[in-house]
Amino acid sequence: MVSEATNTRKKSVLWDWLTTVDHKKIAILYLIAGTLFFVKAGLMAVLFRIQLIAPEMEFISGQTFNELVTMHGTIMLFLAATPLIFAFANFAIPLQIGARDVAFPFVNALGFWLFLSGGILLSISWFFGGAPDAGWTSYVPLASREFGGLGIDFYVLGLQISGFGTLISGINFIVTIINMRAPGMTMMRLPLFCWTMLVTSMLIVFAFTPLAAGLALLMLDRIFDAQFFIPGEGGNVVLWQHIFWIFGHPEVYILVMPAFGIISEVVPAFSKKRLFGYTSMVFAVLIIGFLSFMVWLHHMFTVGVGPIANSVFAIATMTIAVPTGIKIFNWLFTMWGGKIKFTTAMHFGASFVPTFVLGGVTGVMLAMAPVDHLYHDTYFVVAHFHYIIVGGIVLGLLAGLFYWYPKMFGHKLNETLGIIFFWIFYIGFHLTFFVQHILGLIGMPRRVYTYLEGQGMDTMNFISSVGAFLMSVAIIILVINIIYSALKAERITEKDPWDARTLEWATSTPVAEYNFAQTPQVRSLDPVFYEKIHGNGEMKPAEPLDEIHMPNGSILPFIMGVGMFIAGFGFISFHMDLFISPYVIIAIGGITFFGAMAARSLQNDHGYHIDKETVESMEKELS
Amino acid sequence: MAENLDQPFKESAMNNEEKRKINREQRTQVIAFAFMIGITILAFLAVGAEGVPGTFTTPFILLLAFVQLLLQLYYFMHLKDKDHGWPNSFMISGLVLAAPMIVALIMLLGVVKY
Repeated sequence: MVSEATNTRKKSVLWDWLTTVDHKKIAILYLIAGTLFFVKAGLMAVLFRIQLIAPEMEFISGQTFNELVTMHGTIMLFLAATPLIFAFANFAIPLQIGARDVAFPFVNALGFWLFLSGGILLSISWFFGGAPDAGWTSYVPLASREFGGLGIDFYVLGLQISGFGTLISGINFIVTIINMRAPGMTMMRLPLFCWTMLVTSMLIVFAFTPLAAGLALLMLDRIFDAQFFIPGEGGNVVLWQHIFWIFGHPEVYILVMPAFGIISEVVPAFSKKRLFGYTSMVFAVLIIGFLSFMVWLHHMFTVGVGPIANSVFAIATMTIAVPTGIKIFNWLFTMWGGKIKFTTAMHFGASFVPTFVLGGVTGVMLAMAPVDHLYHDTYFVVAHFHYIIVGGIVLGLLAGLFYWYPKMFGHKLNETLGIIFFWIFYIGFHLTFFVQHILGLIGMPRRVYTYLEGQGMDTMNFISSVGAFLMSVAIIILVINIIYSALKAERITEKDPWDARTLEWATSTPVAEYNFAQTPQVRSLDPVFYEKIHGNGEMKPAEPLDEIHMPNGSILPFIMGVGMFIAGFGFISFHMDLFISPYVIIAIGGITFFGAMAARSLQNDHGYHIDKETVESMEKELS
Repeated sequence: MAENLDQPFKESAMNNEEKRKINREQRTQVIAFAFMIGITILAFLAVGAEGVPGTFTTPFILLLAFVQLLLQLYYFMHLKDKDHGWPNSFMISGLVLAAPMIVALIMLLGVVKY
């Protein structure tokens, strides 16, 4: 084994993180990048909430307002929520199914670097004549070359690149969950987070492809003067809306389903009961996944597609409430009669349920096509989807953060600060968005940068902005908590600090690079809890202790990300006055990207082995 | 041992059962291939021959294309074989999702309203 020598050499920290293919480290990379984008998009929201705090404010201009709103939505959905979900998925899935890593570690790293280069490409638009300003949906003709500025080129290319990353990560998760399960881990013993991530990954594969197609068409329109979406030349603007929402509606479920999964892990763990109705939960997830594709038209009721299409899609949309209701009741029944321990994670887990119901109820209201003509493009819609996205996805993600933090970093987050954070965030969230329902009902439109005095909107907008400030204060407390805990909190070495149920809690803390020294034998749903009751509390091994085969790290994913970034910038620069030709930039990016691909194909990298003695000594050290 | 590896083996490592399986597989591949060429010729004939109306040709070719697709996937890309349950279910769910979408798009954009 020649490559063994390379592994024992000490690597510098930066080089280690740039070249890592370890799913636990990639999870932390996703977590950091996602959090930075989350904070950035949150600050944008605060800026435009300041603009809306009083009538006829002149804090920012209308143009800046449009850019802020667009970037807030785009970043939150594509660059904050998605990577944060991938952070937890990357970390938890291999551990929960008893695997050593994901199926394709190299591709996993590539997914991260592509996401990051796409995200940075989108973000640098500020320095080149302004950010995208056509709304996060980027509807044409607003987004066409005629009306939309250079920013939309950044939107198109940035999302395409980070979309590639999302797609390959989705495929990776599917293969991992199907092929890498430990012995005895049948599909119906899969932890619910894995199930939701499997369905989410399927949605990613089936939904991000239409998005990629739509973005490609928009790119052809904008950069190469095609006419797919230009009505005057035979194109069709409504086609963009269809393609966008064929992707966009499943996207909502791509984001919220992992949150369902996290809640389904957190609630049983802190209620000391197994998840009520496991089988029905699985089937509910599958049905929601299927239905989410068949309802995209409810975003376009007011386009005027005719009463029959509207009715069909209205009914299909309302049908989603049924499996969602099953899930809600199962969570309630899991908590009912349980020995509930109100940790911070459980605070988020328990508050998720009523908040998500509120968002769901307004969702059914919006699904009624005739009334939707009144709600359309008002703050009611804004309130609805923020109840889903903040009250569902963000609460779920925060529950997951507090729940998995000890496993990821080897120490708990401070619980007192955590609960203070929870209450301020939760109150701030409701202050911000509850009044927006009423604002919408009395007629305040979305996406306007100011409003007139004396229309009954002043007080509620003020309350809403104050709520936004409260949420920012809460996030600051979270940051303080993270720093405080990193410095002060006691390191934990126990495997299972929460007395939890699933397989990730059977690994040592911190998790060794090979996860499990011996692949565990799974004997039940909630395997760790089963061994606590029926065994000696330790997972039984399914294989003898032997040397472990690991993949080598590689800098190539990073280089491929850089190549994509350069090539994407080259395509945008067709409509910029740069000192070099766009073709040169595209060529440099393309050569970097395909060169790295060729290097990967030609190099013979079989990974390395950790021998038996090292594994034994590492295990002794960790236990 | 290792220095003999570049020498051709004297006899196959497969047993008779495996050989029979491979032969059967080869036969189905050849038959499927011949059949596919056959329906391609049919398609050309349908377009080229005089007297076949266009209203017949279009659905006929689409039908042949569908058969062609199934043959390709199941016989040439081995979806019919054992342990292809997951790829199969993904292919089918992709079809189940995409078909109504395309139908809806055609109807909504083409017929009902622009």
